Amino acid sequence: MNDFLLVLVVVTALGFDFTNGFHDTGNAMATSIATKALSPRVAVALSGVLNLVGAFLSLAVAATIASGLVDTSLVTLTVVAAGLAGGITWNLLTWLFGIPSSSSHALIGGVIGSTIAAAGGHAIQWHDLVAKVIIPAGLSPIIAALVAATGTWLLYRISRSLSDKARTHGFRIGQIGSASMVSLAHGTNDAQKTMGVITLALIVNKTVPSTSNAPFWVILSCALAISIGTYLGGWRVIRTLGKGLVEIESPQGMAAESASAAVILLSSSFGYSLSTTHVATGSIIGTGLGKKGAEVRWNVAGRMATAWVFTLPSAGLVGAGAEALAHLIGGTAGVIVDLVILVAVAATVYLRSRATKVDRNNVNDEWTGSVAPAEPEPEPAEAA
Amino acid sequence: MSWINLTALWKIVVFGLLAGAGLPAIFALGLLALSKGSRTQAAGADSDVVVGGNPAGIAAAAVCFVIVLAAIAWGIYEVYKIGHPAAK
Repeated sequence: MNDFLLVLVVVTALGFDFTNGFHDTGNAMATSIATKALSPRVAVALSGVLNLVGAFLSLAVAATIASGLVDTSLVTLTVVAAGLAGGITWNLLTWLFGIPSSSSHALIGGVIGSTIAAAGGHAIQWHDLVAKVIIPAGLSPIIAALVAATGTWLLYRISRSLSDKARTHGFRIGQIGSASMVSLAHGTNDAQKTMGVITLALIVNKTVPSTSNAPFWVILSCALAISIGTYLGGWRVIRTLGKGLVEIESPQGMAAESASAAVILLSSSFGYSLSTTHVATGSIIGTGLGKKGAEVRWNVAGRMATAWVFTLPSAGLVGAGAEALAHLIGGTAGVIVDLVILVAVAATVYLRSRATKVDRNNVNDEWTGSVAPAEPEPEPAEAA
Repeated sequence: MSWINLTALWKIVVFGLLAGAGLPAIFALGLLALSKGSRTQAAGADSDVVVGGNPAGIAAAAVCFVIVLAAIAWGIYEVYKIGHPAAK
């Protein structure tokens, strides 16, 4: 038992949960912000509160994330800390470039990488990794796109006799409901993953028995961390999702959000802890396919898909590197060195992000091909 | 062991379509019903007035919106029940 190390791991896990929150605000709220159904400030506040509620709503996925994928008897606190370092690093870098990559894959990749570095490839349940993580990652955006395209087609078909403005007005109100459902679904899914990791750390440290569920303080602190992260808002990712992929009207926003909420909630009740990011992106592309004349910017979609493929191995490599370094130095000091480097990386990314700032004031500016809006003279709008 | 759980897959697709596309479509039907009446016609095509003022239309819209809200409430309850096995 090493309670000091445990505290370090818990703090790092809550740090990951926080990056998970602000990286994923866009999954729920990008479309509502883009169609002006909600003001940016109200959107992130609503999403933060609903993530908090969602984290308490379902405890189904907690404690399965790490225990189902790696041999827990070979995991140590150092391995967990190194894995978290991998996940956080990848989350921060993709956020800097405004790429909506999967926080879940970053976490899973980091933990798998550090486990391989510590105990070798046999400690990984490869079949479960493919069946429960990689195949759902490929299928979920396609299903979400299908649902969203169907929904979009139905909404425009049913509402075609309404005037454009009346339709926009009506579906903006509907979007408040559908976006709230996505935030709730996000809380039930993603907050659980960090709860699972912290519970795993407690079990590894023998602070709680191996059959234990997440203690209440773990649920509460994870709910708060993801909710505060969500509230701060990942404006860069929101911008890519809301403006970069497809120009979205309010019926499309409602269709995309409904599809995301339905697919996420259904999948988790069938035991798939899938990436809310992949689902939300699939839905937004689907809503572009379902409306006649809508343009999907496939180059932006392609850049995202590339990032998705690299998420597991990249976070894994960082996790493995962190584990190797911690092992080389040894003991608690190794973990401390890892975390000092992690804080330095976070500070660097933060400073770099200040140079091309995206916040609630410019998140909806015309898309000019990059995350940071053109300043101060806007470039001519991209040809449609 | 299989790589893909086909039972779960088709259920996610079918229920996903029902909840993810069907419920917003019922909401859209509600908007359509709500817009029936003289007020939207008087306001013209360049207006954002949604409520037409026809009593039957408003009643039909209310039914649609209640169906959507009830389905969402039931869905949240199911999620809670699955997520807290002791509450079954």
